[in-house]
Amino acid sequence: MSDYVMPNLQKEKIIECLKEGKRLDGRGVGDYREIVVERGISKNAAASVKVKFGKTEVYAGVHLAVAVPYPDSPDEGTFMTSAELHPMASNEFDIGRPGIESVELARVIDRGIRESGFIDFKKLCIKEGEKVWQVFVDIVAINDDGNLLDVAGLAALIAIGNAKMPIYDSENGVVEKGFTEDSIPLNKDALSFNMTFHKVGDVIVADVGGEEELISDFRLSVAIGDNKGEPRITAMQKGKSGAISSKDMENILKLIEDKWVELFPKIKEYVFG
Amino acid sequence: MAGKKSLYMKRVDGRKIDEVRPMIAEIGIVPSADGSASFETGGTKAIAVVRGPRTLHPQHMQDPKTGVLRVNYGMMPFSVSDRIRPGPSRRSEEISKVVEWALSSVVDLSGFPNTVVDVFIQIPKADAGTRVAGLNAASIALAHAGIPMREMISAIAVGKVDKTLVVDVNKEEEDFHDGEGSTDIPLAVTSRSKEIALLQLDGKISPDELMKVIEMGKKACEDVLKVQIEVLKSGSVGDE
Repeated sequence: MSDYVMPNLQKEKIIECLKEGKRLDGRGVGDYREIVVERGISKNAAASVKVKFGKTEVYAGVHLAVAVPYPDSPDEGTFMTSAELHPMASNEFDIGRPGIESVELARVIDRGIRESGFIDFKKLCIKEGEKVWQVFVDIVAINDDGNLLDVAGLAALIAIGNAKMPIYDSENGVVEKGFTEDSIPLNKDALSFNMTFHKVGDVIVADVGGEEELISDFRLSVAIGDNKGEPRITAMQKGKSGAISSKDMENILKLIEDKWVELFPKIKEYVFG
Repeated sequence: MAGKKSLYMKRVDGRKIDEVRPMIAEIGIVPSADGSASFETGGTKAIAVVRGPRTLHPQHMQDPKTGVLRVNYGMMPFSVSDRIRPGPSRRSEEISKVVEWALSSVVDLSGFPNTVVDVFIQIPKADAGTRVAGLNAASIALAHAGIPMREMISAIAVGKVDKTLVVDVNKEEEDFHDGEGSTDIPLAVTSRSKEIALLQLDGKISPDELMKVIEMGKKACEDVLKVQIEVLKSGSVGDE
């Protein structure tokens, strides 16, 4: 079991089934697996959460620390996302320096949150040019059964949405133990979440499982927010070597609209609820 | 000082001196692994995942006579109030090694030459005693993976808080500074021969007290062992 290589037969079976719009676990091509969210897995963090899509499981936590701002934005807080695709999550992951997969995942999530304007960095300024809050989001993969990017992205959003500001002694400039009742300053309207679509065989599928992910030609991750009740794309990243045809793109855009209507209210509930 | 009363007579969380925090154990928590378990005591939780036996690379590290056990311990960045930088540290590397030695005393990999069995221990939340919680979880996970073991291993941290000996110290007790301060003694005991598989000490203690510590530790490990055996017998939680 440890050195698992997917047989060609299994690959053919997956592709055959998809031609009839079916997936091996019984889902339709656009269906997401059951999403399970558990908050507060570590009381020592400003926020922490466990998120599962089916068997894919991720932990995420938020920490805040006082730091010196970057010279080019002296009145803004800073932000850093790290992801550890830990070898406990999959036989494919190794111990040691983060591989390209963790780096890409962390960067896509970091960019999506940073550029959407979801966090109000100006309000994270303590003293211009000297002291600002630094927001750390740390992601740890626990079990990989496909689509880690979407699971990790949602976990990061929920952690940020639930994070409380630390108690700060401004006279002595030290962060004390414990947290206030105040949330991190957010622009709630700017919330956008990530959906990744893969092309498996000839079909575009949402929320891939581990085996589907292994044999897909390309993936397209799309971060989508709300523009007065309409979906608005805020970030994209294409991965893997396959190319996107215009028909693929049409299919993806259609799926995006359907899925957005279905999922966005749920995502909001997870993040702010 | 001798004969004086200890400054630490009542435990901060109201426990008796020989009382372990409430324990929760689960197995099969990581479905893609060969074995997995979590072990929680109070505010401390450890996850242990076993992958293997699998071929060991690079090849020159292989042993043609036996498989190799490899332990990797780490704390998640959000497990404590000061963020821990991801990746290995001197502390985590040392703990990995002492836990590896402890587990190696009961694991028999002679049937799997040239392979490695990896044990990954991760701490999502910490309130002292993470290495012993990790060792307890690892012992369950190895059994869950069906790795040949001569015995189980159970572990507990005994503490000397000022002059009072207590089992399963929490963070507040670990940080006690009055009087003689706090001494932390993590120890692990094998399930049948009752031998000590891990022993570390930080602080000050007399030989007599140490004997008492070991006695208390062995007794507390019996409580741990019950939980470990129960979760293995009651079958898999969330497993396939």
